[in-house]
Amino acid sequence: MSFAKKAVFAAVAVLVLLGLNFAVQELPFYTVAGYGISEYWVRVLMLIGINVTLAVGLNLINGIAGQFSLGHAGFMAVGGYTSAYVTCSLFFLIFGNDAARILSSGNAGVGVTSAVLVAGLVAGGLAAAAVGLAVGVPSLRLKGDYLAIVTLGFGEIIRVVIQNLNVVGGNTGFRDLTFGEGASAVSVPVQPLANFFWIFLVAVIAVVMSRNIVSSTFGRALMAVREDEIAAEAMGVNTTYYKVMAFVLGSALAGVAGGLSGHLFGNLLTPATFTFVRSIEVVIMIVLGGIGSITGAVVGATALTLLPEVLRPVDSAYPGLRMVLYALMLILLMIFRPQGIFGRREFGFDWILRRGRRAEAVALTDGADAIAGTGTRPEDDQHQPGSSERGTR
Amino acid sequence: METVVQQIINGLVLGSIYALIALGYSMVYGVLRLINFAHGDVYMLGAYAGYYIARTAGLGDQNPSILGAIGVTVSAMVVCAVIGTVIERFAYKPVRSHSRLTSLITAIGVSLLIEYGAQMIFGANPKAFPSLVQSSPIPVGPVQITNVNLMIIVVSLLLMVGLQLVVHKTKIGKAMRAVSYNQTSAKLMGINTEMVISFTFALGSALAAAAGVMVALSIPSIDPLMGLLTGLKAFVAAVLGGIGNIPGAVAGGLIIGLLESFVGGSSLSGYRDAVAFGILIIVLIVRPSGIFGTAVTEKV
Repeated sequence: MSFAKKAVFAAVAVLVLLGLNFAVQELPFYTVAGYGISEYWVRVLMLIGINVTLAVGLNLINGIAGQFSLGHAGFMAVGGYTSAYVTCSLFFLIFGNDAARILSSGNAGVGVTSAVLVAGLVAGGLAAAAVGLAVGVPSLRLKGDYLAIVTLGFGEIIRVVIQNLNVVGGNTGFRDLTFGEGASAVSVPVQPLANFFWIFLVAVIAVVMSRNIVSSTFGRALMAVREDEIAAEAMGVNTTYYKVMAFVLGSALAGVAGGLSGHLFGNLLTPATFTFVRSIEVVIMIVLGGIGSITGAVVGATALTLLPEVLRPVDSAYPGLRMVLYALMLILLMIFRPQGIFGRREFGFDWILRRGRRAEAVALTDGADAIAGTGTRPEDDQHQPGSSERGTR
Repeated sequence: METVVQQIINGLVLGSIYALIALGYSMVYGVLRLINFAHGDVYMLGAYAGYYIARTAGLGDQNPSILGAIGVTVSAMVVCAVIGTVIERFAYKPVRSHSRLTSLITAIGVSLLIEYGAQMIFGANPKAFPSLVQSSPIPVGPVQITNVNLMIIVVSLLLMVGLQLVVHKTKIGKAMRAVSYNQTSAKLMGINTEMVISFTFALGSALAAAAGVMVALSIPSIDPLMGLLTGLKAFVAAVLGGIGNIPGAVAGGLIIGLLESFVGGSSLSGYRDAVAFGILIIVLIVRPSGIFGTAVTEKV
């Protein structure tokens, strides 16, 4: 695709997202025949967006590079805390001692807040990437179970370290950042800057980035490492470099997602949110959708963000049953369909085009097949001339 | 000086608990190459089993008795042995033929199921375990150790020695060692591997249950999530000692218990939970096979 075409696509996407953002902000005020989208569901929508970014990032590590990481929550935490620290500091730098007052009265201006949010997210992503590098380099020589446990360990260590950092609130959470001492101390609270636009812009970027990676030489190297690391090494692929890079990218995405969740209205950054169980939730998302499939990651994230909400009435009848069903679902999924919903396949334009072409081909060759006794075999689909290799396994 | 000795004693008590749980991890990994994430929760179930058995039997704060404590522990061990076998039969056996990743995720699923199930059935609030043994401090030189803690160390030691005898001196122990060495050859030699695997799970779960009851006697508050962190640390202990290696699990447990006790008593006490994980990372980077483990060379 030429650069002009890409630019047009990007511009259209941004406009669409801005439009949706406006719609989402106005919708809670309208009802059609008694049905409306309340602010509650808007919030669920935003959580879906954040989880999609997390799942797509983890899919890069677990699914495409084949490295089992259980420490994703740690990178989220690093990104979340760093971005909140940066945004509060920037607001203090820009507005000085009146920061809290200006921000709470809404006089800060969209341009300034957006720029600060972007700066915060970038900082969060970079910090998480740096931590991902630090974690990845020593850990990635381990395989399978051991790598899983080490990443789990790192996630827990990050959480414990944050718990002991009183400057960012320690155990009670990151509510605000205080500058100065005593009577002249200025406290800048963490602002709810994340909205539909930013969350889904990041999600779209994450998905596009993943797709581009999968169809590039970088992605091929990752998949080679996933399939057979020794063979890949023998073929000259620098396995360590590619594994670490996948890790760094995945953790950067987790960091940005963490930053967004930290700036979500009503969300509090506490060490208790970023436990091992949170990492497992993201793992379940990609496992449900199919490890290695980007569509699977998106679908899994959506499904597993909606599931607790859908099961909420069950929970009020039998408290705690919801999570039990969750765990049961995971076990049954592993026993009966370990490859998840999509397996490694993707759902995209190619799939639709291929189906169309295959229907034509079947119609044309039906006669010939009947005579020759052969039929279209599933493997043939992937080698049809002209069909793009993108997204196919 | 007194504090150091006190911390050593606390460390030994903590380490014994970790060692008992770590033994279960090591044995199951040796036999199945599976990290049984649910093992920590079996420890929790042991404590709860002891709680309900003690309540039903009428034992409690009013009439403490050593015999009662022993009875409760043994019953809890039996209950958890059954639970462990059930978990293996229904959750792990169907996924044995799938990839290791699938087994790992299944184990995580079972762990979550037990935790949330316990929260639903028993209630998320901590319960007070009846004190079956009257706690009294015993002076050992300049420091004190409660009789309960002393009991923990002694009972753990006895159980570990018992396990060592079972593994090395009995036929089923020999079968366990054979299956962990090479499952296919063991089958060819006529060993009923299914029974051996079930027995391994039962044995490991019984030890975890004993640990659970003893901890509940010492710290008389039990809650459904008590197995999560303790289980993870015990797993670290198993890895430290060389996973699949029984004396290694004991050594690993004691080392982690001692280190955690020292960090907990020092100025860095907020980081005590991170100690185990820090050790894990260092071990896996420096010597992944653990202290007593044999380095496995990969043939290409």
